[in-house]
Order: sequence, then structure tokens, then C-alpha cells
Amino acid sequence: MADIVLDNVSKQYPDGSTAVEGVNLQIADGEFVILVGPSGCGKSTTLNMIAGLEDITGGDLFIGGERMNDVAPKDRDIAMVFQSYALYPHMSVRQNIAFPLSLAKLPKAEIAQKVDEAARILDLTELLDRKPANLSGGQRQRVAMGRAIVRSPKVFLMDEPLSNLDAKLRVQMRTEIAQLQARIGTTTVYVTHDQTEAMTLGDRVVVMSKGRVQQVGAPQELYDHPLNLFVAGFIGSPAMNFVPGRLTEHGVESVIGEIALPDHRELLARAQEVGSDGHVLLGIRPEHFADAAQIDPALLPHCKVFEAGVDFVESMGSDKYYYFTLEAPGGSAEVLNRLAEDIGASTQGGQKVARLLPTTTVPRGGTVSLAFEPRLMHVFDTASGLSLR
Amino acid sequence: MSSLNRRRAGWTIVNLLVVLYAVIPLWWIISLSFKSTGTVTDGNFIPTSWTLENYRNIFDTGFFTSALINSIGIGLITTAIAVVLGTMAAYAIARLEFRGKKLLVGAALLIAMFPQISLVTPLFNIERRIGLFDTWLGLILPYTAFALPLAIYTLSAFFREIPWDLEKAAMMDGASPTQAFRRVIVPLAAPGVVTSAILVFIFAWNDLLLALSLTSTDRAQTAPVAIANFTGVSQFEEPTGAIAAAAVVITIPIIIFVLFFQRRIVAGLTSGAVKG
Repeated sequence: MADIVLDNVSKQYPDGSTAVEGVNLQIADGEFVILVGPSGCGKSTTLNMIAGLEDITGGDLFIGGERMNDVAPKDRDIAMVFQSYALYPHMSVRQNIAFPLSLAKLPKAEIAQKVDEAARILDLTELLDRKPANLSGGQRQRVAMGRAIVRSPKVFLMDEPLSNLDAKLRVQMRTEIAQLQARIGTTTVYVTHDQTEAMTLGDRVVVMSKGRVQQVGAPQELYDHPLNLFVAGFIGSPAMNFVPGRLTEHGVESVIGEIALPDHRELLARAQEVGSDGHVLLGIRPEHFADAAQIDPALLPHCKVFEAGVDFVESMGSDKYYYFTLEAPGGSAEVLNRLAEDIGASTQGGQKVARLLPTTTVPRGGTVSLAFEPRLMHVFDTASGLSLR
Repeated sequence: MSSLNRRRAGWTIVNLLVVLYAVIPLWWIISLSFKSTGTVTDGNFIPTSWTLENYRNIFDTGFFTSALINSIGIGLITTAIAVVLGTMAAYAIARLEFRGKKLLVGAALLIAMFPQISLVTPLFNIERRIGLFDTWLGLILPYTAFALPLAIYTLSAFFREIPWDLEKAAMMDGASPTQAFRRVIVPLAAPGVVTSAILVFIFAWNDLLLALSLTSTDRAQTAPVAIANFTGVSQFEEPTGAIAAAAVVITIPIIIFVLFFQRRIVAGLTSGAVKG
């Protein structure tokens, strides 16, 4: 077991394109860290650099205090689970799991004992003599895990290990992986583009975009205090709503009216600090909206309430998603559309969504009174994308 | 129902025609090889009297036997060299980005498409000058050159089919590049290696053009050349029966070769490696 340190690690390809730029990351011994981001954000490249499958073109990588930049993958004592599982098709399950051990030239009896133990942990004992071709997706996934845990490596790397499974199996395997990691306690780096996996699995989550680390933190911290527009939009489902606005003396002003903020002094100071020109984006999570008709009237004085025309309604059973449009004045629409594209959002920049109680009865085409607490609202500088609040 | 039957009947007829088209000449040769000198021209589809005389005759002089040994030796050595070199070249082409890769692939294709007849005279002159004329090496070298593109193309197609993740996995599991190649890649590429070995062997085995021009005695003459020279060998009789018998004999090693390796040509060996 070991800690991992990435010190200003970069990856530049010979054609000049940069996949990863200046990643700094300290992963403690036994920690479960998730790299998450949209495709092409450099998360897999980062993982491959830790594995040694790709060269590091700048910066240093330390595993257990040793500099690993020039160490061959086979000598790094790292096990990796691939998205495609990468099982050896000409070997049985037993031979697949035993492969790393037989390469390490362990005695036969010890190999057999370790393989049996790994198979028992992963519930593969019945399948040991089958070939990978005769296994289901979930079973192949477990064999790949078995091949990783059998040699008790310093570090586990997992590259989107669940993305080839169907939804139900994915949830089940997600739990199994979390339990397995907790039990074995091996330092694990896990790459995914699925933010649910990121939020549920990891001790800490590293959000990446365009080759850079956007924010590192515990899942709840990322949700509560996103550092910038990208993290705010990427974490949370459905994604956070962004409404263009301007800073005023007492708070912010936007199409939904003026919102006074008690901490407006700090907000202005922070805006000055990042060089904001006063144009901001207000970030409100869909679940922070409520139907004004259904909330406790005592809470209403603390809320900002506005009317919105309902474009359409999706009923999820436990919730209802209300989609509405707020007219965005001027150039901010472009910023919003670009952001929506960056985070892979399903809605266009101008479309907003509120997650309301299933008892909400306003139909499609009607008008709903939406209330939210300004306390929970995020404010971002439009130009730099940095959080002001 | 009737249209389905008609379609099935149509296919049966087409299949039968194709099979007959392929089998009739083959049977004709076999039939000729068992006819005696007197009945060789009788035009019967099945010999009226069976005889092994033709077979005895071709092995009598020792000339055909030595040609067979030459053919087998040259064929096997060519196959071994072409497959080993081809495997390494194809692996590099399928897996690595290196300078001049396009050039290498292009050159291989060019060699494969080059009309061999245009090289016969220069090769003849060169080999006579440097003493390779009428030697095994004198045939193995040009055969390898012409067979390599074939081997490289077949094998690189097979290597491309093997998911790269398997090699990465082997490396992560602690394998050196050589171990990964030997324990993971080669077993998976075995059908491809065998396929190209068969193709190369058949190419070397069947060649008449180069063998005829670059050999002169039984030191290096191959079986096809020996058959072509039968007219001179058995001057007292029409060599039709002998040629037929020799043709049957030189087909046998090919059949053995293919049957021997057929078990290893298992399609879909990589299924189950990765989920697509």
C-alpha cells in the first residue's frame, strides 16, 4: 500500500496537443479517489500516466515516496481494471486470475491458494474453469477485479470499470466495489464519466475538464461549494440552472428580479478580487426550487418567488421535473450554451428545470410560482467562471 | 412454400455445378495417373484397368524424389523465415507509430504487385554472378521476398484484431514486453500465423517461374520443374500418365499441411476478451 503524489504532471503529445496540464494531486494511503469529467478531459490519460502506460512529459509522479516517471509499468506494483475488462480469452478464469502470480514466479501451491481466496471473495469459485467467452458481463467484470486483487498490489487503478454493464448490474457492482475497497484498504484511483459513481464511491472526487483539475474535494463539498461554473454544472443531476444577472449594491439583479443578499459586502469584495465586471451567473439547483403554493407560508418571507411558464413536465414518480425558460438578455446566452456543451447537459443554455414535489399539479403550459432561498444560491463571475459566493 | 423449395433447389444446383467444376479436373488427373500407357488416351472417365505403374516410374529414377525433397525443404525454410519476419514486421505495423511506416507498407504492397516475370532475367544474372544459381538459397531468398508482403498483410490484419487492452493488461500484470508478446499475443494470433504459413508454403510450393529459371540440376530443382521436365526424362513414352501421377503426389503434402494446421485455425478465438 502506498500514497500517490502527482506533482505538476503534464502530458503533451508529439503533435503539440496537450491532454493533461499541470495536475497536482496528493492521494493518501488507502484513499479511494475518483477522477471524473466529460470525455476528453484527460482523466484516462492521467490514470494511464499513473499506470505507466503513457509517458509523463512534464512533472513528477511518486508512488510510496518513490519517483515512478521512468519505472516500467510491470515494476510499479499497480493493478488495473480496464473498461473492456481485457481478460485473456485463451485462458480459463483460473489462469486469468493466476497470470500476474505466475509472472511473479510464485510457487504453484501459493498461487492456487491465492486464486481460490480471490475467487471466494468475488464469488467466482464455480466459474474457475470457464473461459471468458462463456461468462456474462458482470462475471467478466468480477474476473477482472479478481486479477487485480489477487496479487495485493500497492495501488488499484480502475478505468470506467462499470460502463459496459447494464444499469441494474452497475448499481450492484458499484456497491460491491465500494465494499471491497473498504475491506482491502488499497489506495484506489477510479476513473468515470458518471457523476453518480463519482459521488457515491469516492472519499474524494477530482473534477477534470480540458486537461486541468477543476476542483478536488469530498463529494458533498463539490456539491455545496463548487469553485467554478464547470464544477457547479457538472456535479448534480439534473444540472444546476444558471441565470444571467448583474451585481448590485445589495445583492444581484436578474430576469427574476432583484435579490438582496445579506453577504453582499463579501460578494462585492470577492468580485473585485477576481476582476469581475459585474456580470454574473446565478446558480440555482433544481432541487432548491419549491412550488410556492406548497411550502410552509412561514418560510415564504425568506424566499424569492417568481412566476415561470411551464414548457413541459417530466414525472419521475418521486419527483416532477418542471422545465421552463427564462429570457436571457444579450450575450450571456452564448456563455450558457457553451457551458451546457462543456458539461454535456441535456438542456440548452436557456432552459431551466425545477425539481418539485410529485403533488405539484400545475399542468404543461400553465404558470408555476417558484420559490427558492437566496441563501442556497450560487453566484459566478461570467467572464472567469469563478465562484463569488 | 413452393418458392422456398424452388429457391433451395436452385441453390443446390448452383452448389453442385461449382463442386463439379472444381472436382472434375481433379478427378481427371487422378484417373489419368492410374491408367496404363496404353489406355491413357482412351478418354474413359474411370480407368478400365487400374495400375500403379506411373507412380513406380516417377520414383524409379530418383530424379523426382530429389525434386520433392528440394521442394519440401525450400518450402519449409521459406515459410519459417517469412512467418517469423512477417510476424515481427506485422506486429510493429499494427501496434507502433514509427517513421517510415507508410513507406514500409507501401513498399511491401509494391513488391506483392510487382510482375515477377520482369525480375527473372536480372535475378538469373545476379545469382549466376554471386554463385547462388542452382542452390536452395537461390530460391529461398526470392521466395521469402515475394512471400513476405503476403505474410505481413495477413498477419497485421490479425494483430489489429487483438485488442490493445490485452497487452496493457499483461504489462500491468507484470509481464515484460517479450512475455506479453509470447504469452498473450502469439497464442491469440496463432490462427493468423498458421493461415499465413499455409499461404506462404503454398506459394513457394506452387512456384514454377522462378524455380525453372534459377535452377538447372537436381541440386535445387523443385517438383513443379521436375514435372515440366518429364518429357525429356522418359523419352520412350508419352509422359501424360507420369505427369498426372506426379501432380497427384505433389498435391499430397499441401493437403497434409492444411489438415495438420486446420485444427489450429479456430475462428473467433478472441471472443470474450473484451466486451464490444
